[in-house]
Order: sequence, then C-alpha cells, then structure tokens
Amino acid sequence: MISFKQVSKRYPGGYAALKNISFEVNAGEMLFLTGHSGAGKSTLLKLIAAIERPNGGTVSVNGQNIGKINNGAIPFLRRNLGLIFQDHKLLFDRNLFDNVMLPLQIAGFDHRESAKRVRAALDKVGLLKREKAHPIALSGGEQQRLCIARAIVNRPSILLADEPTGNLDTDSANAIMDIFKSFHQVGATLLISTHDESILRQYQGRKLTLKQGELQA
Amino acid sequence: MKSWLMHHLYVMQYTLRRLRTSPVSSLLNILVIGVALSLPSGGYILLQNVQGLSDKLVGAPQISIFLSMNTSQDEISRFSKQLEQHAAISRVEFVPREQALQQLQQSTGLTDVTGGLTQNPLPHAFIVYPKSNDIKVLETLRDELKTWTKFEHVQLDSAWVRKLEALLKFGRLAVLILAVLLSFALVAITFNTIRLQILTQREEIEVSKLIGASNSFIRRPFLYFGLVQGLLGGSAAWLIITVSLSLLNASLADLTQLYSSNFSLQHLSLGDSFTLLAFSAYLGWLGALLSVSQHLWQMETR
Repeated sequence: MISFKQVSKRYPGGYAALKNISFEVNAGEMLFLTGHSGAGKSTLLKLIAAIERPNGGTVSVNGQNIGKINNGAIPFLRRNLGLIFQDHKLLFDRNLFDNVMLPLQIAGFDHRESAKRVRAALDKVGLLKREKAHPIALSGGEQQRLCIARAIVNRPSILLADEPTGNLDTDSANAIMDIFKSFHQVGATLLISTHDESILRQYQGRKLTLKQGELQA
Repeated sequence: MKSWLMHHLYVMQYTLRRLRTSPVSSLLNILVIGVALSLPSGGYILLQNVQGLSDKLVGAPQISIFLSMNTSQDEISRFSKQLEQHAAISRVEFVPREQALQQLQQSTGLTDVTGGLTQNPLPHAFIVYPKSNDIKVLETLRDELKTWTKFEHVQLDSAWVRKLEALLKFGRLAVLILAVLLSFALVAITFNTIRLQILTQREEIEVSKLIGASNSFIRRPFLYFGLVQGLLGGSAAWLIITVSLSLLNASLADLTQLYSSNFSLQHLSLGDSFTLLAFSAYLGWLGALLSVSQHLWQMETR
C-alpha cells in the first residue's frame, strides 16, 4: 500500500533527514515508527502526504509515485489520507462540529450526509456531546481526539499519525491508542510515529526504528 | 451538482457575513471604490449629454445658401434645377423669404421684434443636403457654391459642430485615461483588502491545504468577496452619480427657465448602468484573484 525505495531527503542547508530508506506497509497493517526526536519520523510521514518531496528514491502510495505527483493532484491524494498532527492544527475560530466538517466541505459532500458523518466521527472519539464547544475549551487529549475525528470523517483507508500522544498523560494516551486500535480492527492501514516506550510495549504491530535518518534493523 | 451549488451558496453567505463583521472598513472600502468609479463615469455621462445636445442641434450636415435680394423667380427655378443635378448634392430644399420669417417668429419667440418690422428683411434661401459627410468635401462644395452669381452668402452649418466634435473627442480620451488609472486603483484596493484577509486566515488556509483543499477551493471565498465588494462599490458609484445629477438638474432648472428651454441632464442608460456594475464587479474579482494567487504561489514555493 505504501512503499519506500531508497528514499533520501535533504533539507536546504545540507541537513540529511533521511538516508536510503526502503520499506513497505501492507494494507490493513498497523505500523509503529520509533526513534529519538530528529531521527526523521516527521519527515517520513510528510513524504507520504506530499508535504515534502524526496531528493532521491521513490515514495509510492497505492501505486502512485508521490515524489513526482503534480501539484494539482496533491489535494486528491490527501483526501484519501487521514492526517493526525502532534500540534493538532485545529481552527479556533469555529466549534468542534465545524472543525470536523471542514474536510467534507473541501471534498464537496452533500450537507445533510456530511452532518451525519461528522456526528458519527465525533461519537467515535467521545466528543459528540460537545459538538457546539470551541476547541479552546478542550484539554490536550480532547484536542488530539478532535484532530482524529477530523482525520477519519472522510473515511480514509490510510491514517498517518505524527506523535499523537506526544504531550499527553498515560490515560489520555491510552484512550487515543484504543481509538487507533479500533480502526485497525476494521481494516484501516495505520502508520504511527511515537517515542513512547510504554505504548510500544503495550500494542501489537511491526516497529520500524529510525536513527539519524537511517532505518535500524 | 446540487452539492456544488450548495457549496457556492454557502460561500456566498460566508462572504456576506464577513462583510458584516467589519462594517466600518467594509463601508469605507466600498465608498472609496464608489468615488473612484464615479469620477470617470460622471465624466462619461456629462460628455454623453453634450453629445446629445449637439446631435439635437444639427443632424446631418447642411449648407445654407442665402440669395441676394434682387433674385427673380426665373433665376430661382434655374438655380434649383442646377443644384438638384449637382453630383455632390443629394437633396435641395427651397425656403421662400415669407416662410423663413414665419419660422423665425415661431422658433425663437421673437414675435415682438419681428412684428415691429415694416418689411421682411430675410432673403430667399436654399438648404442643400450634400451626399458626403466628410468635412473636406463639404468645404470644397461650399467654396464652389460661393462662386455662383447671386449666391450672396454660403454657410456650412455643421462647422461648429465639427469643432465641438473634436473637443468631445479630447474629452472622451481624458475620461478614458482617468478610467484606466482608477481601474488600477480599484484593483489595488481589492488586492490589499484580500491580502489582509489572507494574513488573518493564514492558519485556516494552511490547514485546509493539509487536509486536501484544492487551490480553487481556497480561492473561492476570496474571489466572491472581491466580486461582491466591487459590485457594491459600483452601486455606490451609481448612487453618487444619481444624487449628483439630480442636484445638478435642480439647479439647472432655474438656469434653463431663464432661457425658456427644458434641457436637463440625462441619467446613465440601463445598459450603461449594467456595464458599470459588471465592470466594477470584474475588477474586484480580478484584484482578489491576483492577491490570492500570489499568496498561494508564495506558499507553494516556500
């Protein structure tokens, strides 16, 4: 489903974030990406969503070469991915409902159908009762759950989560991991980056370790 | 299709809401656009009125020939035939002196003056309608007719209209230059308004792009905003012109009464009004398009 072949990424200034990375993710797999901060976990996820482009090698998603994708096709790629960010990237000028509604508006969904989907997504992350609240009133864990609701409302087949439990206490982190586990059980492909040892110990799944931009065996 | 329409409707509502959230700055923007557009449009409408006036005064060019007082009936019918056979003349009209006096009394209201005359001071006259409209041809014809005997005075009536025409042409050019310059100003005003909006919504744009918004989706609300602002600015210009014209007409009424005329300034025609609104909406849209495209381009090359 996702494949990296000898991928390297250098940032302007010569810093090599990724060096000669090759791996594959199968459909329906839950894969953990681990390593210290600065090991290249975020860069790797950004390459999949075409937020960054590789300097060498090929990144492909569903057979499509993401490194060579033209700008006009990027939006359609991203609509098939659910992106979950460490800093949530929520919009604070609108309530929870409208935050989750945004991807459906972008994709041009019918309004009534959208409202149903938004409520279903909010329900799944346990925020349905607070749909009228604003994100500023939410705790860190709740904000992360809202971010997940926004990522899944489009029903993407692939979810990419960058340090989803980064700043959370154990209970909140476990709540989020349980949500991911339930997606995994219904067949979604998940790629989760984390440096949280307790999560890696608790949950089943293949683990890829990055160290200074290189994949460890 | 339906969801596409719904989306446009939603964006439209969103645009109007955004105009309402900052009423003072919206109003000022609309007013600035209105004033900028009302200058060339006002100039245009004044020129149109002068043009209409000159058209009313003289339609087709004509040459008046005043015969000397001692011309006989025989000579008149001979001249009439000769003029009708002339290659450059399409139609000839004879005005006997009695008829000329009557016309003078009717049209100018000088009955008191003419009534006091013991004899008719007016000569017989021919009014000649040339085939050509070209001022050079007309002048040659006039000069030729001047050489005929008994043709006391030959006058090319449209000469001053030609001068007015040249003056109007100059005026039109001036209005055009003004219109072009102020159109640039309008585009610049919208460009700047939209730029400020983009800066305050930077986060929303970036997040939307991350979750799959196309550039046209991001552009759309800004384009609508530019369009609506331009349209409202055009309406403001229309209102400014309407109010100005009615004020001018009110004071013009006092003036024309003294000259016993009923001249009044005509308003913009329906077509012209529509053009004004469409043009200002287009310029607003263009300013927004330039602004948002430039910003998106910056985001992509960053």
